[in-house]
Amino acid sequence: MDFLLDGLRQALLLIATFDPATFSTIGVTLRASALALCAAMLIGVPTGFVLGYFDFPGRRFLRLITETLLAFPTVVIGLLVYAFLTRHGPLGDLGLLFTIPGMAIGLAILGLPIVTAMTAVAVEGIDEDVRQTILTLGASRLQAVWCCLTETRHAIALAVVTAFGRIATEVGIAMMIGGNIKWHTRTMTTAIALETGRGEFAQGIALGIILLLIAFGVNFCVAVLRRMGGSQ
Amino acid sequence: MRILSILALALFLATAPAAAQTLMMATTTSTEDTGLLDQLMPMFTQDTGIDIKWTSTGTGKALKMGENCDVDVLMVHAPAAEKKFVEDGFGTARNEFMYNDFVVVGPTADPAGIKGDSSAKALAAIASTKALFISRGDDSGTHKAEQTLWKKAELPLPDKETWYVQAGQGMMQTLMMAAERGGYALTDRGTYISYEAKAGAAPALVILVEGDDALKNQYSVIPVNPAKCPNAQLGAAEKLATWVASEKGQKAIAGFKLEGKQLFYPNAK
Repeated sequence: MDFLLDGLRQALLLIATFDPATFSTIGVTLRASALALCAAMLIGVPTGFVLGYFDFPGRRFLRLITETLLAFPTVVIGLLVYAFLTRHGPLGDLGLLFTIPGMAIGLAILGLPIVTAMTAVAVEGIDEDVRQTILTLGASRLQAVWCCLTETRHAIALAVVTAFGRIATEVGIAMMIGGNIKWHTRTMTTAIALETGRGEFAQGIALGIILLLIAFGVNFCVAVLRRMGGSQ
Repeated sequence: MRILSILALALFLATAPAAAQTLMMATTTSTEDTGLLDQLMPMFTQDTGIDIKWTSTGTGKALKMGENCDVDVLMVHAPAAEKKFVEDGFGTARNEFMYNDFVVVGPTADPAGIKGDSSAKALAAIASTKALFISRGDDSGTHKAEQTLWKKAELPLPDKETWYVQAGQGMMQTLMMAAERGGYALTDRGTYISYEAKAGAAPALVILVEGDDALKNQYSVIPVNPAKCPNAQLGAAEKLATWVASEKGQKAIAGFKLEGKQLFYPNAK
């Protein structure tokens, strides 16, 4: 019990004193997550849209694969990306191991199936009648696609938030590829792992509380955006 | 529009300022967890202008990172494995620069009755009474040292025995596990001191065996060989090896204290 109270007190202290090490881990977490999320969105939203909107042979199979990838263990992603990025690996010359962009590659792979699958489900969920109505009202195919996209924007936003939650709170990939390097690739989660390893449970809980606050903040922003979108 | 602005933000965040020269080091959990590197490395950077980044892991994985050319220099403690690493041409030289010691800790009740024994006798007593023993089991320097101790005690290496638990985790987690379950463990003194400080007035684990020659824990710095890894920064790595062996580096090591106790003893040749 003491750990929890101690952790809460330390969390407030770390925030109030602008503890540089803590804010560095927050910065690294946000940078890596932002990069990974952008990549996952740029690839995942169009892919998900195609999987949900069009009917073509092999579609069911692709959906099955996408949904299976939702359960991809993060340590396996970490291991695979590590194998590619190590100096002896095929992409070793890029020097991405132990860097934020390197971590972002692994995290993007984690986020991609989430964005793709949730977008596909959302697009599929649009009433067929709505689509037909749009077309009979004289919309071109392209306009119909655009209309469907705007129709599902909330669901897509939700997909992105879900992906962000997974990406920002991930520890296996961040530890393996980032290496938990202080001031450089130490994220909130790898810092928590380190503090627990040091037996500093209260410090770990403090960082956990801050991580939760960040997640809450992101969700809050999305909720506000959503309401603004809804009232227009 | 929103996507574009998020993209722009991401690009802005991704372009971090690059340092002049950065040395990448793989090290063991003990140097990081005790806080030694946090104190030592800024002094090195100030003296040489070389920025240093380190990732801490078990010695086994650190050596592997050297073989894979992912780091420029190693700071580890597993002499036999290190010698092989250098002989195989992955490292240029082993530079011994400090040591600390291992201790055998266990519950205050000491069910195997090992208090004050030599390490070999203690392990034999633990094995024969089937008292619980928690091993790191993660190929770390401490784990390798423990395996050597079983060999020195002329005992078969325990593996599946019910009294032998392989935690597969870092030193502090292993100590916590030993404390929770009332088992014995081999640990470096530094981690035990942090454990003791956190455990409060009556720690569940106490030091039972110490001061034996076999329990000495030698650390060395090994630059990665550019002959195997063309990108390895030999010059900077050698500067680190020289710096930790210098009078200033050695003094800083001796002066590093945790809970008021000296943890590492300089012994550069």
